[in-house]
Amino acid sequence: MNIVVLVKQVPDSGTQRSLDPSDNTVARAGADNVVNEIDEYAIEEALTVKEAQGGEVTVLTVGPASATDAIRKALSMGADKAVHVVDDAIHGSCAIQTSAILAAALQQMEYDLVLTGATSTDGQVAVMPALLAERLGIPQVSGAQKLTVEGSTVKVNRQTDGGYWALEAPLPAIVSTWDTINEPRYPSFKGIMAAKKKPVETKSLADLGIDPSTVGLASATSSVLDFAGRPPKGEGVKVNDEGDGAQKFVEYLASQKIV
Amino acid sequence: MPVDRELPTPEAADLIALTRDIADAELAPRAARYEREERFPREVFTLLGEAGLLGLPFGEDAGGGGQPYAVYLQVLEELAARWASVALGVSVHTLSCSPVDRFGTEAQRREWLPEMVGGRLLGAYSLSEAHAGSDPAAMRASAKATDDGWTASGEKAWVTHGGHADFYTTFLRTPDDGEQAISCFHLTPDLAGFSAARPEEKMGLTASTTAAIRLDDVPVPADRLVGGRGRGLGIALGALDSGRLGISAVAVGLAQSALDLAVTYACEREAFGRRIVDHQGLAFVLADMAAAVESARATYLVAARRRDAGKEYARQASIAKLVSTDAAMKVTTDAVQVLGGAGYTRDHPAERYMREAKVMQIFEGTNQIQRMVIGRHLAREAAPAAG
Repeated sequence: MNIVVLVKQVPDSGTQRSLDPSDNTVARAGADNVVNEIDEYAIEEALTVKEAQGGEVTVLTVGPASATDAIRKALSMGADKAVHVVDDAIHGSCAIQTSAILAAALQQMEYDLVLTGATSTDGQVAVMPALLAERLGIPQVSGAQKLTVEGSTVKVNRQTDGGYWALEAPLPAIVSTWDTINEPRYPSFKGIMAAKKKPVETKSLADLGIDPSTVGLASATSSVLDFAGRPPKGEGVKVNDEGDGAQKFVEYLASQKIV
Repeated sequence: MPVDRELPTPEAADLIALTRDIADAELAPRAARYEREERFPREVFTLLGEAGLLGLPFGEDAGGGGQPYAVYLQVLEELAARWASVALGVSVHTLSCSPVDRFGTEAQRREWLPEMVGGRLLGAYSLSEAHAGSDPAAMRASAKATDDGWTASGEKAWVTHGGHADFYTTFLRTPDDGEQAISCFHLTPDLAGFSAARPEEKMGLTASTTAAIRLDDVPVPADRLVGGRGRGLGIALGALDSGRLGISAVAVGLAQSALDLAVTYACEREAFGRRIVDHQGLAFVLADMAAAVESARATYLVAARRRDAGKEYARQASIAKLVSTDAAMKVTTDAVQVLGGAGYTRDHPAERYMREAKVMQIFEGTNQIQRMVIGRHLAREAAPAAG
């Protein structure tokens, strides 16, 4: 079983994040760049499947040279090897362009199952599994809260607001995971040491046969025109209790459609 | 406020980063509750073992992390800054593994060590007795030679992890080897007649269980003897030099977290129209606390680097233990003072830190004993010149 995990490096969602005002792309310099939190669950799920069925887990990432830190984290958790697509021309690519790069990379790899987090905490576009499924001509199952592989079939409980759908798809397939699917392991100290010796293959756009002019900020299908920080919290609503406080309180909740 | 450390290798930097990740996510959120409930966090030790943090100073051939003491101790300090009871437990576990590592037979090292330093088994170190703390040579618990091993009897006191540990590195009098002879044994709680007493009710470090161990004519197989017959006291005292460095690092971690708490509070709390940190009288208290923490850290690093270089370090280890634990007592007491009335309540961890610091001046050799050790070394080192 060959499992490929798509991993993205993002600024830590627990810290102050911003866009770079020079071109309105994600500001990476000075940010605490980490593995997209939800991707850690996809890595854990890949390792769990591998431990049960055997096979190999390959990490695939598209990102600047500094994204090797995210790759090392995945390798130190137990992934076997990695492919890092890095090319200055990729900077500022939109989701559709990025999916073309990932699809080209995947076509050069062997895979039975592609796993990734259901969304990234920076872009939050959450369409990559669908775009890749379309480009690769394979089924996608999004938002997994449970996953099992039986023979050449992947069975997934797809998380919904009210419960889950039980779905299955033939392999190869792409599945995105939520943070309800497992509890990602910590790397061990030995895992960190071993990760330094695991192979990381670097690929450029030329290696993938992609014309650099078709990707990047200049030809992106969507672009950020303007951005602003989150507005400061408002004053809130004060209710003076003149014997009818409870009623006013409930009326307020009702007006906000909370009750 | 993470401590900016000078680390010898990139792998040591990775190790410290891993320790901080785990300590922030798994230790810090549990500490106050477990201490209040006097609950031993066995699952945390399992996690630390899986991460490879329970065997750091041991060789990779034994399943350890192959780290110098100067790095291992800084890991301990990071753990202690989030939860002193757990860091103490790691230090005690490491101490418990060391006699088998250093003096065990090839068979013992092969059979026992990987599970011990890999952290799947938790260790305890059983030297003291109720009337023999500072003076271990006065111990009474004994093992008598039999046809196929030993029969152990007596009571050991103040055993950290007593009742929770999977193995007990235990020192017993062996009268068959001579009147003063003491030997080291690897005891396990499955042996008949081995039992732990009710845990002590302590002032602090209440998530770290401390209990007496009763040995009621325990049959000990011959292969449980560690090191030579009658070699126990030397093994015990040698291990204690390393153990003292562990306690020093734990004390520095505790003091660092008390300092961080006090500084944070002093930068938020206002009196007389400005932050209390901007009042010189209070800033001087904080400055003295920082000076105590950083100088204490330097003492254990100096001793550890000597140990890593293969030099004599017993005097430096005693100095580190003395200086660091006195610093922790002072700094945690001052942290309560900086927080004022709030510091005296259990809403803030300052009073807990202060209670936890006190025992560090007592265990692993009281600070009076450390002064005796330092004094003896000074006399011995001066003797040739004087003579």
